[in-house]
Amino acid sequence: MSELVPEPRPKPAVPMKPVSINSNLLGYIGIDTIIEQMRKKTMKTGFDFNIMVVGQSGLGKSTLVNTLFKSQVSRKASSWNREEKIPKTVEIKAIGHVIEEGGVKMKLTVIDTPGFGDQINNENCWEPIEKYINEQYEKFLKEEVNIARKKRIPDTRVHCCLYFISPTGHSLRPLDLEFMKHLSKVVNIIPVIAKADTMTLEEKSEFKQRVRKELEVNGIEFYPQKEFDEDLEDKTENDKIRQESMPFAVVGSDREYQVNGKRVLGRKTPWGIIEVENLNHCEFALLRDFVIRTHLQDLKEVTHNIHYETYRAKRLNDNGGLPPVSVDTEESHDSNP
Amino acid sequence: LSKQQPTQFINPETPGYVGFANLPNQVHRKSVKKGFEFTLMVVGESGLGKSTLINSLFLTDLYPERIIPGAAEKIERTVQIEASTVEIEERGVKLRLTVVDTPGYGDAINCRDCFKTIISYIDEQFERYLHDESGLNRRHIVDNRVHCCFYFISPFGHGLKPLDVAFMKAIHNKVNIVPVIAKADTLTLKERERLKKRILDEIEEHNIKIYHLPDAESDEDEDFKEQTRLLKASIPFSVVGSNQLIEAKGKKVRGRLYPWGVVEVENPEHNDFLKLRTMLITHMQDLQEVTQDLHYENFRSERLKRGGRLKVENEDMNKDQILLEKEAELRRMQEMIARMQAQMQMQMQGGDSDSGTLGHHV
Repeated sequence: MSELVPEPRPKPAVPMKPVSINSNLLGYIGIDTIIEQMRKKTMKTGFDFNIMVVGQSGLGKSTLVNTLFKSQVSRKASSWNREEKIPKTVEIKAIGHVIEEGGVKMKLTVIDTPGFGDQINNENCWEPIEKYINEQYEKFLKEEVNIARKKRIPDTRVHCCLYFISPTGHSLRPLDLEFMKHLSKVVNIIPVIAKADTMTLEEKSEFKQRVRKELEVNGIEFYPQKEFDEDLEDKTENDKIRQESMPFAVVGSDREYQVNGKRVLGRKTPWGIIEVENLNHCEFALLRDFVIRTHLQDLKEVTHNIHYETYRAKRLNDNGGLPPVSVDTEESHDSNP
Repeated sequence: LSKQQPTQFINPETPGYVGFANLPNQVHRKSVKKGFEFTLMVVGESGLGKSTLINSLFLTDLYPERIIPGAAEKIERTVQIEASTVEIEERGVKLRLTVVDTPGYGDAINCRDCFKTIISYIDEQFERYLHDESGLNRRHIVDNRVHCCFYFISPFGHGLKPLDVAFMKAIHNKVNIVPVIAKADTLTLKERERLKKRILDEIEEHNIKIYHLPDAESDEDEDFKEQTRLLKASIPFSVVGSNQLIEAKGKKVRGRLYPWGVVEVENPEHNDFLKLRTMLITHMQDLQEVTQDLHYENFRSERLKRGGRLKVENEDMNKDQILLEKEAELRRMQEMIARMQAQMQMQMQGGDSDSGTLGHHV
């Protein structure tokens, strides 16, 4: 069984209507302590979170991830001591870390995709990425159908894919459209405008509107997807995020400076200090709250209940409704071309 | 600008005064009357601020009715060449400036054919000039050759991208390349220095020939020498463009207003805009000369070696003539082949004449 999904959320197609009994309790039972029990359990087991970053080299992906998790969890391509050469094909590099906060342990895996969009010919450069994502679903599926399966299946599936948009101020690039079209069907994509300190407030707002429109016109469903809003509360909250905040225009930094007596993460320029966590300067704090503080669990659930299930259904269908047979040999019957 | 004052022979009464020292003034006056022509090509991927920079450099709006296409439209588009000409006059000196834009460059998912259009354009201008130069009426040759190419490098990368390297290598023997780091306000000063150094290293590593400012002559004054030194040390220039007036420190400056401060376009501590402008203006003449003496001559010798008729595209009047001439050429070739065949026949029969070496290449 996958980790800590206490009860699979009812899919929108088949809503479960709980029968409501007269809730005049004669005394305190203690049902509400289940929340506390769940919390304790989570703290003990910890949880996995796998985040992928995709975008051209130099858009600040590694810096942003480091800033998000306030630790050096991503290889920094800008360590200028090394001769960083752009790889000739897209590589997939997954680095895992265990970070802890308030007694809760998180096994965070950052999946980097160096080489994406950097070549002269970038045709189909999303294919290695799609392949990787599907491979993780396959791994999970194999474990699931195993006769003697692990109590906690290790979850390497990509829960969230941050796609970095170059802040041209004009519009999306053809490659951006192609990537998001293909991948929004298999993974949660959160588009992010990189290095947003390039744009003035006006330019930022125009660009965001333009990008939102382009995404809509091209039918690209980024996370949070409209069709997975469960109730009115979700819908209103997510609508606001979708139509106003996203894509988040962010700036990342791992350097601290003194501003007004406080130490803040920022970038120092001759004309001022850009504060990463200042909402007047950029939307990093919004992204962080969104991904980590409010929607982390939902990202995992959508990955498990929607994307993974879609993959699973397709695999089983391809196999004639039967689970993939052999569990020892790895790739022998990968029927998906 | 150089200030050379012929101090000795100003007075025509001085014995030994011939008067040719006045020649530079005459040239100057003639140039001023004729005006200058300059063609600047601007290349770089979309959204690097090229148009804004050009407008800032020449304090004009060269692109009044611009529509920026969306990504879906860009997928279908190939690289275009768009030339706009403005006549700028300053203190009686006329400059006919042509800016050649290359929208679509670097946009496509597969940029393999990105630069074909651009290289054809540059060659076409050379071809046209060669044709005019070899023509009968040489009084009003219009010089549309590309004198300088600003190549915009993205400030977001870690140096040159594969496309940058490939493109510059394809055109460095045809045009003066001035690499420019765009949107420099994205970078802190340290990042800028690192990027500049990285780019220079990569340019050297790939043997890319960019335009080199000539060293100041030994008889120039110290200020000019120092200025030249500073300019050379700042290449590639990292620039910010803007024509918006912002209030900063009590006065109105051209700049960009951010929540954290104002970037001033003309502040040398903020970016190299002034240096780029100075370089362009003080070296306009040199850029033209290098184009004429180096790039054009290269093209010309290659072209003449290759042979073939000097034809100019889009010259409709000559189309019929070209057709006639091609037919004549075809007939000549056919005759030549017939002659060769006949000779070969004779050889096979005779066997004593030496092997016919008719013509070089057919």
